[in-house]
Amino acid sequence: MADLTCDFVGIKSPNPFWLASAPPTDKAYNVNRAFEAGWGGAVWKTLGEDPPIVNVNGPRYSALHSNERRVIGFNNIELITDRPLGVNLDEIRQIKKDWPDRALVVSIMLPMEEKTWAKYVPMIEDTGADGFELNFGCPHGMSERGMGAAVGQVPEYIQMATEWCKKSASIPVIVKLTPNVSNILPPASAARDGGADAVSLINTVNSIMRVNYDTLTMYPTTDGMGSHGGYCGQAVKPIALHMVAEISRNKDTADLPISGIGGISDWRDAVDYLALGASNVQICTAAMVYGFKIIDDLTDGLSNFLDQKGMSSVEELVGRAVPSVTDWQHLNLNYVEKAHIDQDLCIDCGRCHVVCEDTSHQAITSTLNGERHFEVIDEECVGCNLCVSVCPVDGCITMQHITDGIDARTGQPISKEAIDWTTHPNNPMRKQS
Amino acid sequence: MPKDNKAAIRSGRLSDEEIARNFSDMHPPLGRPEALIAADRCYFCFDAPCTTACPTGIDIPGFIQKIRSDNITGSAHTILRENIMGGMCARVCPTEVLCEEACVRHTHEDKPVNIGLLQRYATDPVLDKNITLFERGPESGKRIAIVGGGPAGLSCAHRLSMLGHASVVFNRDEKPGGLNEYGIAAYKTVNDFAQREVEYILSIGGIEVRNNVSLGEDFKLSDLQGEFDAIFVGFGLGSVNELGLANEDAEGVLNAVDYIAELRQAKNKGNLPVGDRIVVIGGGMTAIDIAVQTKRLGAEHVDIVYRRGPEQMGASRYEQEFAQTSGVNISHWAKPTKLLTAEQRVVGLEFERTALDKDGKVTGTGESYSLNADIVFKAIGQSVSEETLGAVSGTLDMQSGKIVTDDCRKTSLPGVWAGGDCVYGHDDLTVSAVQDGKIAAIAIDKYLREESNNG
Repeated sequence: MADLTCDFVGIKSPNPFWLASAPPTDKAYNVNRAFEAGWGGAVWKTLGEDPPIVNVNGPRYSALHSNERRVIGFNNIELITDRPLGVNLDEIRQIKKDWPDRALVVSIMLPMEEKTWAKYVPMIEDTGADGFELNFGCPHGMSERGMGAAVGQVPEYIQMATEWCKKSASIPVIVKLTPNVSNILPPASAARDGGADAVSLINTVNSIMRVNYDTLTMYPTTDGMGSHGGYCGQAVKPIALHMVAEISRNKDTADLPISGIGGISDWRDAVDYLALGASNVQICTAAMVYGFKIIDDLTDGLSNFLDQKGMSSVEELVGRAVPSVTDWQHLNLNYVEKAHIDQDLCIDCGRCHVVCEDTSHQAITSTLNGERHFEVIDEECVGCNLCVSVCPVDGCITMQHITDGIDARTGQPISKEAIDWTTHPNNPMRKQS
Repeated sequence: MPKDNKAAIRSGRLSDEEIARNFSDMHPPLGRPEALIAADRCYFCFDAPCTTACPTGIDIPGFIQKIRSDNITGSAHTILRENIMGGMCARVCPTEVLCEEACVRHTHEDKPVNIGLLQRYATDPVLDKNITLFERGPESGKRIAIVGGGPAGLSCAHRLSMLGHASVVFNRDEKPGGLNEYGIAAYKTVNDFAQREVEYILSIGGIEVRNNVSLGEDFKLSDLQGEFDAIFVGFGLGSVNELGLANEDAEGVLNAVDYIAELRQAKNKGNLPVGDRIVVIGGGMTAIDIAVQTKRLGAEHVDIVYRRGPEQMGASRYEQEFAQTSGVNISHWAKPTKLLTAEQRVVGLEFERTALDKDGKVTGTGESYSLNADIVFKAIGQSVSEETLGAVSGTLDMQSGKIVTDDCRKTSLPGVWAGGDCVYGHDDLTVSAVQDGKIAAIAIDKYLREESNNG
């Protein structure tokens, strides 16, 4: 059995799955239930100054559903904790006492004044919590008051507030980044420059879910009016993975430990984050959709996967896929794949044909000798992977690497030599060898 | 000795509640949550095999896609523009041998998309809310006579109206609808659905229905030729095939179709008399419908006897199983040889076991057995009635007692088209009759327009 224990910047937990700072970690009651279910850690829902903020009393959440009504995207307009600071601190202290083996990190969001940080940081550290997470990511509500994403979108502010926190804190400080930026690297570098021990990402994405088709107003609304929220859940995972990989593969930020967040709902999603450089992961939406019991699949799914791969710890997986991420200009333009349809698995739905015919390269037949039959035409196939993506039968269409002979489409011999855009003859700016 | 069975034939065998339960909707409609789950299973195939398998060519993935997006009116339009009786067909089509058999879901899981019930889900609201989906085309001034008020005739009339022509439907029954009204098991079409559908079809306008008039008895084909610009005949099969045994006129030997019609029209089904022991001869849908319905009226023993095996039965495997799980016994490979009677009443039947000879023909084995019966139902097929046949034979090319048409449903007589069960080579399905009417209407329209242009 692989070892799932995790040491994230000195914060230890029995597994790499933490609950993210969010509604599921707002109270001792919930966090207790999570730890009873087996979660490795929790980041307490963001604390702010007293008096506490006020939340709306109408819809705070809404969902993007798949056709079978699975939640694939999720939106919220809930702000940070609306409970008095003292109540939260007492509960945090008690939880850490009751669950000494679990990671308990406290998320905080404070105004951009050094004295406020100096006042609250020691008070919170006194609870016995294992670390801070600085919420520079919430894109709704608090950002209008100059906090959350309003800080996270300005690298100078990130660095400044991180420095203030580090001055008063003796426990690790994790900076949580907003994805509502065009380039994640400057915020990550700023966190590092401010002394952050790690970054966590992503926070939620600015979003409006939809319109109410009866009233033709935004949906959902509070007394007829709506405000943008933060988007999360499975649908944001690819966005988050890209940002995680960027930090992992950039030499200035590569050493910065990452806690991966965004759309993790089963162990495979966790593998994505870990392999792309995150050292642990945080989860919220999946728990809010299915409850805390999902931890069972997360932990033993990951453990079985590591066993299969012959890895004895989570650490061995971390960053394994990072070397495979590069810029487009470095992709080998001499490499050729073509789709292949397994006729034994094919159910003759013809989806591959129609999408290739209508929107791509007319590279899949619809008939053979007058009979319904779907087969790749190598002379037309550019290897785009569209048919693989739309085929309803897993494994029926696969991409096959052509290693020698002639590419039937171009008529050119398959070259063993790699050539990328930087050296390609069609590139007027190519590097001369 | 057969017992005195006159007393065995009686009504009121079951309570009103039992009758109501036994004749309630065979497949209750899908609710929205179920429909969305069922719709989501559709793969939206290219050149979909289900559509190819549908005799009316409904764009099935198209209408299912619209269910998924809650575009129910659009979904209904996709169905009804190809098959104006899409509502009835959703109830009576043997989908298990048509669209659902062709579903690609069979390849890996043997569970097709539930197309029939989805079609009902999409079309029911159109009738319930009387949503107008089709309008009469600009009036052409042409009038078409339609002989027969069943699915073929009504489908033809509706399409002609869409194309701007007027029509008069000559219907032999009291109500229009044909077999939809008189020939289908009651639990397949509850709440007077057939008449509601007919009303919806007629609401397009331009269609006059004359009931209680029969070709051959009340009028001749030639009467129509002068008065109308074209004629469509879809008079169905008016007479029941005989067993060819002695004593077939004995009391208790009945035509299944007559009893099915009576059941459909009965205000209180429990009042219909039924025997203790029923024997049904035949292997098609009519045999299944009469057997199951008499069982549900409270008959104690119901036997279907068919001269060949289950694969050759006209009723689908699903229908056979439905009968069997309804308590009907199906015996194969036996043919009736003698009707047993006492005091001019049937009391039983003798059968000879059958087998295939070396040429693949059914032949008696010499081995025999008998069954007691209070009522024997004949359900071995129907044919064009003598009177109707007399009115058309000699005028129209016929084969095996049915009308010969071309692909456009044109007969040998200029200006006359035909469709439905009375046409040679027809498969006796409602959906095919609807398609015949539609194709004929399109052909008639083309003919009339060309004629106007030339004239």
